[in-house]
Formats: sequence, structure tokens, C-alpha cells
Amino acid sequence: MVGLIERLGALIIDGILDLGYFVLFLVYSLLNIFLPPYKPRLWIRQIRIIGADSTMLIVLIGTFTGMVLGLQGYNTLNRFGAAGALGTLVALALVRELGPVLAALMIAARSGSAMAAELGSMQVTEQVDALTVMAINPVQYLVSPRMLAGLISFPLLTTIFDVVGIYGGYLVGVKLMGAPRGPYFSGISSNMDLHDIATGFWKSVVFGVIVMWVCCYKGYNAERMATGVSRATTEAVVLSSVLILAFDYVIGAILI
Amino acid sequence: MSGGTTNGTFQNGAVSNAIEVRELCRHFGRQQVLDHLSLDIPEGQITTIVGPSGCGKTVLLKHLNMLLVPDSGTITIYGTDVTRLGNRGRDAVRENLGMLFQAGALFDSMTVYDNVSFPLVEKTRLPENEIRSRVGETLAAVGLEGMENKFPSEMSGGMQKRAALARALVRRPKILMLDEPTTGLDPTRTGAIHELIRETQKKFNLTAVMVSHDVPAVFQVSDRVAFLNHGKTHLNGTVEEVMAADDAVFKRFLAGRAAGDDDGASLGG
Repeated sequence: MVGLIERLGALIIDGILDLGYFVLFLVYSLLNIFLPPYKPRLWIRQIRIIGADSTMLIVLIGTFTGMVLGLQGYNTLNRFGAAGALGTLVALALVRELGPVLAALMIAARSGSAMAAELGSMQVTEQVDALTVMAINPVQYLVSPRMLAGLISFPLLTTIFDVVGIYGGYLVGVKLMGAPRGPYFSGISSNMDLHDIATGFWKSVVFGVIVMWVCCYKGYNAERMATGVSRATTEAVVLSSVLILAFDYVIGAILI
Repeated sequence: MSGGTTNGTFQNGAVSNAIEVRELCRHFGRQQVLDHLSLDIPEGQITTIVGPSGCGKTVLLKHLNMLLVPDSGTITIYGTDVTRLGNRGRDAVRENLGMLFQAGALFDSMTVYDNVSFPLVEKTRLPENEIRSRVGETLAAVGLEGMENKFPSEMSGGMQKRAALARALVRRPKILMLDEPTTGLDPTRTGAIHELIRETQKKFNLTAVMVSHDVPAVFQVSDRVAFLNHGKTHLNGTVEEVMAADDAVFKRFLAGRAAGDDDGASLGG
């Protein structure tokens, strides 16, 4: 019985320590963005990898998401004689919810997993230790540029997702299904306000931090064994996906 | 124990010490890996640390290059107790250290040139032509001229070790640390790397600390040997002194290595 309580206590203490380290990792990596030496070359490289290289995927997923919304939205609204509200429906759904969430999930799957695998592999092969021994701060060199790139790339990619999604909905809803053309865009401009856009923007910023934080943390702390990298990659994608959906609700509830 | 020793440590005469380790302790979970370990590393010589698997060789090296922090004890590098230093102080001491990791730890996304020039680009303000010249000179010293544009994945294990050695040497450190530099190499390449370490140590007048499993081959290029057992320094002296020591544990370790037993003396003692 005493042994059981001891193990439970150790588990709780380990959990609290891990959580503390997890939070400190975020604070330390964000802080190091603003501390010299500044490495614009590394920032640009990460923005290219996380942002620019993900653009085609975001365009593809955004287009299909908009097309599905256009199809299902038209069918539903048409039953109530409200097909003219299709543009508003598609745009609000994309800008407030689907754009930030789906873009973040896609980037987590594409760039986040690659990031966790790369950092994990560097940890396992002692490349992170090599940086430390060379008197180079590995968090500042490896993690902070990715954090900054995430903060810049996520809102931009989400915007691209929203725009192509709205045109995807237009293509199917108006051009294929026959919804009225005029109200599609005029409905968007009259029914969507700055608050809706701000909600999507803040979500994309928070999701950017979450994905970079979780994926860098899992990769950076990968166990030094054969399965360490694969486990870190899996945990990074699963945890960041769960946190994206959880924080989507939290931010949505706060900014409703 | 043979005469002329104090607790298994032979005196190193008038040579001053680059590194002094005193009463170093470190545990992982319930396992005491370093147990009040003391050791002197004399300046300008190659000291090789040997011992059975799990005796604390690599853990000791990771304390010397400040990747790990001890539970207690001191490590003095050129007069500075590095166990009391903060990040900036540690980085200042590391300016004088070069490290060759077991698997090389070359950055696999970079070419040999980028790998070797990396410490100069990141930590100095040398002009590009000076960096190019220094990298060329160092690559020539390890026999890798003309390999600048190769990626680590395009090179053999021995060449990767040479490139990693070049990266460790490019900033002209005072102390070179080597963690099992010949692991995974065949006997021919092992001999070549040992020779290279000897040559570069002489050329750059380095203090070298090497952890190795290649016993007794590594003794040919070593000046001194520290034999660790159960987290303590069991024997420490010149190669001749240690080889001549009438010590049952060390002899069992040597016999075990010769028979291919990884645990050597099987931690007996």
C-alpha cells in the first residue's frame, strides 16, 4: 500500500515537473527570439520551410473545404429559400472556425511532424550537444527561429486558406449549383465584421504557437533510443492536434 | 597496488594540470554513476580514460565539457571551477574546448565545409577569406583536402570522424575531448584515427582527454591512462606505470577486453 502511494506520488511530482519544464521551454524559446545574436538568415529559412513550402497544400485543402461548404451549404439553405446567404455562411464558417483549425492541423501534420523528427534526430545523434559544446545556445539556434516562423506563417497561411475557400464555395455554390451570384460577395461584406476576422486571426496566432511549441518540445526532448524519434513525432502531431481543437473551443468561447 | 602510488594515482611530476576533478559525485535515479571521483588531466598530454561498461567514462566526459552538472564535487579547468559557473561562464570556458562525439555529430544537412566552418561563422567575426583559409588548413591536417562539398552521408565512417575532428580543432582549442573516437571503425581505420589524434595533438600542442574501448591498442597513442571502476578512479598514471601496476582488477579488465568481453572486469573489484 505504501509502495502504491509512493509510486502515485512520484507520478504526480514527475507530471508537475514535466509540465513546468514544458511551460519554461515555451517562455525560454519565445524570450530568445528577442535576445542577440539575431539570425535573420535562420528566421527566413524557417519561414520558407514552415510557411512558403506549405502554401500549395493550404491552397489545395482550402479550395476543397470551400467547395464542400458551397455544396452542402447550398443544399441546406436552398430548402429554406435562403440560397442568397451562401456567401455569408461559407465565409463565416471559414474565417471564424474552419480556416484557422484546418490550416493549423495541416501545418502540424506537414511541418510540425518534420520539425519534431528533425530535432529528435539531432538530439539522438548528439548534434544538439555539439551545439552546446560549441557555446551556441541550442534553443536560440534551433527552436526560437521556428517559433517566430510559426507566429508569422500561421496567420498568413490561414488568410490564404480563407480566401481560396471562399472562392471554392463560390465555384461550386454559384457556378455549379446556381446560387445567386450577387448576394454571394455582397453578403460577405455586409455580414462579416472586424470581430469575425479578429477571432480567426487570434486563433491562427495561438495555433501557431501551440504547433511550434509542442513539436519543438517533443523533438528537442526525444529519448535517445531507436524509437525516440518516431515516438516524439507521433506525440507531437497528436498532442498539437488535440490542443488545437481544445483551444479552438476556449478562444471561441472567449471571443464569441 | 604497486609502489609509488597514492590510492592508485601515480604522481605526474612537474607537469601542470589542465583539468582537476575532485570528489565528483553524480547519480541517475538510484544508481551512483560517479562516486567521489578525483582525477588530474596534465597539460599537453593525451590522457585516455578506460574502464568496464557502465563505470562512468562517458558521464565523466559529459561533466568535463559541462553537458552535465554534478551532484557534488568540483571540476577545475585552467584554474576555473566550472561547476559554479552560469551559462555565460560555461560558454567562455567552452571557447577553449573542442569535442569529438562518438558518432561525429556532424550536422547532416550541411556540407563538410559548412560543418567545419560553423564554429568560426557562429562564434567569431573572422572575415570570409580567413575562415576559408583556416578551414582548408584544418581539413588538410586531418587528410580531407578536396572533400569540402561532400555531405556527411556521402562519406565513410572514418572520413566522418576526420571531418568531426576538423570541426573540433578549427577554433584551435586548448583541450580536445574525444568520446570513443574509433567506435564502429574497422581495425585499419581505428589505427589511422589513433595516429591522426596523436599527430594533431602534437601539431596543435593540445591537452587531449579520450574515452576509449580500444584497449590495449589505444595505449600506443596515449601518454597517460585513467582506469575507472565503480565510478571511481581506480588507477591513474603513465601508460608504463599503469601497465606495470600489480592490480588484479585492471588485469581482469585487460584480460576481459582481450577476450572480447564488453564488461571487461565485469565490474568486479
